[in-house]
Amino acid sequence: MSQTERHMMLSGLEPLIIGPNTNFVNVGERTNVTGSRKFLRLIKEEKFQDALSIARDQVEGGAQILDVNMDEGMLDSKQAMVTFLNLIASEPEIAKIPIMIDSSKWEVIEAGLQCLQGKGVVNSISLKEGEAIFIEQAKKIKWYGAAVIVMAFDEKGQADTYQRRIDICKRAYDILVDQIEFNPQDIIFDPNIFPVATGIAEHNNYAVDFFKATKWIKENLPFAKVSGGVSNVSFSFRGNNKVREAMHSAFLYHAIKNGMDMGIVNPTMLEVYDQLDKDLLTAVEDVLLNRSDDATEALLELAEKYKGVKVQGVQKDLSWREQSVEKRLEYALVKGIVEFIEQDVELARGQFDKPLRVIEGPLMDGMNVVGDLFGAGKMFLPQVVKSARVMKKAVAYLLPFLEEDKQAGVASTNGKILLATVKGDVHDIGKNIVGVVLGCNNYEIIDMGVMVAPEKIIQKAIDERVDIVGLSGLITPSLDEMITVAQEMQRAELNVPLLIGGATTSRVHTAVKIQEHYQNDSTVHVLDASRAVTVAEKLLGGASKGYKTQIEEEYQKVRENYAKHREVKKLISLKEARANKLELEFNDHIVAPCFTGVKHFDQLSLKQISSYIDWTPFFQTWELAGRFPNILNDEIVGVQATELYADAQKMLAQIISENWLEAKASIGFWPCYAKDEMVILPTENKKFHFLRQQTQKASGAFNLSLADYISPQSDYIGGFAVTCGLKIEDKIKEFEADHNDYKSIMLKALADRLAEALAEMMHRQVRKEHWGYAKEEQLDNEALIKEKYRGIRPAPGYPACPDHTDKITLFELLDCPNHAQIQLTENLAMLPAASVCGWYFAHPKAKYFGVGKITEDQVVQFAENKSIEKEEMKRWLSSSMQ
Amino acid sequence: MIEQELKKRILVIDGAMGTMIQRYKLREEDYRGERFKDHEMSLKGNNDLLSITRPEIIKEIHAAYLEAGADIIETNTFSSTTIAQADYKLESAAYDLNFESAKIAKEIASEFSTQAKPRYVAGAIGPTNRTASISPDVNNPAFRAVSFNELKEAYYEQISGLIKGGVDLLLIETIFDTLNAKAALFAAQAYFDEHNTTLPVMVSGTITDASGRTLSGQTTEAFMISLQHAPLLSIGLNCALGAKELRPYLKVLSDKSDLFVTAYPNAGLPNEFGEYDQSPEQMASLIEEFAKDGFLNMVGGCCGTTPSHIAAIAGAVENIVPREK
Repeated sequence: MSQTERHMMLSGLEPLIIGPNTNFVNVGERTNVTGSRKFLRLIKEEKFQDALSIARDQVEGGAQILDVNMDEGMLDSKQAMVTFLNLIASEPEIAKIPIMIDSSKWEVIEAGLQCLQGKGVVNSISLKEGEAIFIEQAKKIKWYGAAVIVMAFDEKGQADTYQRRIDICKRAYDILVDQIEFNPQDIIFDPNIFPVATGIAEHNNYAVDFFKATKWIKENLPFAKVSGGVSNVSFSFRGNNKVREAMHSAFLYHAIKNGMDMGIVNPTMLEVYDQLDKDLLTAVEDVLLNRSDDATEALLELAEKYKGVKVQGVQKDLSWREQSVEKRLEYALVKGIVEFIEQDVELARGQFDKPLRVIEGPLMDGMNVVGDLFGAGKMFLPQVVKSARVMKKAVAYLLPFLEEDKQAGVASTNGKILLATVKGDVHDIGKNIVGVVLGCNNYEIIDMGVMVAPEKIIQKAIDERVDIVGLSGLITPSLDEMITVAQEMQRAELNVPLLIGGATTSRVHTAVKIQEHYQNDSTVHVLDASRAVTVAEKLLGGASKGYKTQIEEEYQKVRENYAKHREVKKLISLKEARANKLELEFNDHIVAPCFTGVKHFDQLSLKQISSYIDWTPFFQTWELAGRFPNILNDEIVGVQATELYADAQKMLAQIISENWLEAKASIGFWPCYAKDEMVILPTENKKFHFLRQQTQKASGAFNLSLADYISPQSDYIGGFAVTCGLKIEDKIKEFEADHNDYKSIMLKALADRLAEALAEMMHRQVRKEHWGYAKEEQLDNEALIKEKYRGIRPAPGYPACPDHTDKITLFELLDCPNHAQIQLTENLAMLPAASVCGWYFAHPKAKYFGVGKITEDQVVQFAENKSIEKEEMKRWLSSSMQ
Repeated sequence: MIEQELKKRILVIDGAMGTMIQRYKLREEDYRGERFKDHEMSLKGNNDLLSITRPEIIKEIHAAYLEAGADIIETNTFSSTTIAQADYKLESAAYDLNFESAKIAKEIASEFSTQAKPRYVAGAIGPTNRTASISPDVNNPAFRAVSFNELKEAYYEQISGLIKGGVDLLLIETIFDTLNAKAALFAAQAYFDEHNTTLPVMVSGTITDASGRTLSGQTTEAFMISLQHAPLLSIGLNCALGAKELRPYLKVLSDKSDLFVTAYPNAGLPNEFGEYDQSPEQMASLIEEFAKDGFLNMVGGCCGTTPSHIAAIAGAVENIVPREK
């Protein structure tokens, strides 16, 4: 290894390399109970989330190493250190930087070292208690893999002169490097920063001695570094922050010139050296450099002048405001800043002859930049939605002037696109995102909202002479609705492209089932919002003919493959499938619930519910790929994911504190028994109907139906319906009035997450209390940790039970309209959209599975059992049929 | 000394043990043998146990890899810690597992070893099934299912079994949580210190996916920095990814580390049935590429690789100059 390459290398989740060319390394110091009263209070009260946000602020404020100190008489310092470091480990945005374990107690230091996967720093050890202990501790630190701060302190006490400082440092260095082969680049000396201007003459040279010692260490102890706690130096001027700031800045200036590498500095207690008042600077430097005998008196006198002067807080960077108005508009659009948009638009209006030109000129230019960055993967969806908000605000401001100018409506766009969530479906997050993205790219969007009947779509498309019709849907019956719309468009002789999107839609379904019904123009499946622009551009652009042919050929191949694939995949008959059903042992497993019948839950705590949120799907909604929490650190989307998450947390806090949403839940348990794929509830005179897998199984595998988890003799089944979407419309309207799609989409996405979280929470309570078949779950931590809880909660419309029609039975049993206040649309989507319903199965062997494709004989049987017309049943189950 | 060999050529590490064991289609009785025939729970799948109950199979697999040209074989001890064996309630067998595995590996390696091509036994030290820096309980992020001290003690026992059984090297591998590996390194140093001895130590981390990070969230470079405090022979990456996917992360180590660099990737990424289907030739040609680019000092295979893969890899790197440290 070459000598010049012996840099100090530290790590959290990411590396920190400190070499000769590294600037001064800033150690965050607010997570220190001895230095921050607020932090101490939070730790004492075990408000760890708030304590973590102090750490996060430090990292965001530019700390490169985080100092953590829990040395306080009233605390169990060791326990507090371990808990806090473990919590930091679960916060990637904090854990990315290395940790400095700060304690005067060895047992606290060692406990802390056992929590760090990265290479941190120990602060500190010294020769205070002799060489033997020093060596033992240093050796352990080396084995744990950390750098170390060595205080200039020995058996006789703290070094307070230049000579004592360098003697002790030299002695410590030799022991470390020669006796225990400690890497010299991992040694940091703290040669003691003491207060100056104390009025005691012996103290006058303290700062000078520190500077000299620093210089000596750097020249004589190869690769070692120098650090220190800077605020000590100004201790005599407590209460006079202006003077303290000046002293810190001047001290650092000279210390760094002499080779100080890092230090514990409160960045808010620092003034820019060049901007210090000249008089003050001279007085401060006279003290620090001990340039005259009356330096202290002079500074004390001058200090009077600065007493009570309010210190300026940290300012946001507003330098972008100095650019031209066009550039400012572009900046605001790209960064999503609404703060100045109206004043900038007003200014721009004065510069152009017509208000329309402001839109066509700088605003569209800015949005083009956004569109390009998004297309290039340099901006992400949440940012684009924020940009759109700025654009909408700008346009809304200009609207009155446009009308005045009688120019309204003639703005040239790339095309007019109609968007609608189809009849019977209420899910619109994805559709709204597509609308925003297309809007950003200068398409005029006509958004018809949710549950739009086919005839209305057709009429609107004709009246508005739209260029494209886009359909969206989430639940499986929506797939059929889309076919209906396609048929109607054909009948009405519309000839514009049809776009298909939404969670259950697919290229295969579009190619095989929808396209055949609409021959007048292209039918294209759009996988996600980011593709919507490309597809629209190609469909409406000059080379659209070629693109349409290409799509047609592509979809033809999809159809051929599908046909081939279908022939290969053999299904067995329902009779054969039943012969291979799963036969479970029930005797020992049946537990009677604590009650039968139905219970309703109101006034549920949103705060409690929120602790059950699974965040990964939240990021999927925003088209950011990756698992939570790793996504926050993702190389590509990490920054954006972190920002989105912070916004989400902020809104979540408001949802909770201001009761934006209302949560309700209903659960029920009923005696029952299974017959084939049915579960019969004799006391209620009702039946649940499930489907059975019909694929050919390998030996030892079974053709499953959810009914197999219920005893054919006597058993229990549970049902539930929960919602977190009540009252949501009030807020959504408010956001929409403010042109704030970002918040509107955010709220819907959070409501969805809360509904899922509530389902999870209720399931847990059911297992432990209401049904109580897993009361021990609480006691057996191991089982909880491994998520090995017993039982499942499948939902109608999902793979284990793809039929939606049993929601009707479930809703009747739970009396949903009156209690949980969830309604079903004609296609059995739940309203509010942020709702979940399903069944509880308690058998220990119960697990989730997918029914897959089924044959006509099962559909016929199913229709018969349900007393529904065969053809109607086929329509409901069409996506499950081959 | 292995350092001398490493300066001369790229050394070849063996391939997967589990993949080979699967081929024997063993039954519960094979795992139990005489010693564990009355054990209270099922032992099928506890592959490390076979070193005691069916040692001839383990020897045969080692021999196949040595035959294929491996310079270094790994002991069958990936899960031989009290912590990993707790799943089978076989904590008490941990020491013996290490000792016996080391012994058979050393015996067979000695048979193949020559002056011109010395063979080495690396004591395989797996990550255990618990993470020291990640909470398994989402509702309690400060919770840890295992402590540093518990890991250190378990590793200490494993290391003493391996060293007493005669291994030449220690290989801390498939590191998905760097804190677990730090506990293993701490144990190794404590053992060396107490017994006034030392062995070359190799470490090998696992980058779990395209994020380029370990499971515990570290970048490759942070991972490297976190372990280099110990006197190591080599640092590298194994498992989770195929050779192709591993390349960018291996380059980081090759560029930044002062240690010898190792890689033993999986045979590609698993297909939709969870099987590895990269052929020996495909894998060898990918490895040949980065050997030629000067990334490698030692190379082998992880999940899904077989003696055919190792033979192809050995052939591919035979005449390529090793990476300069």
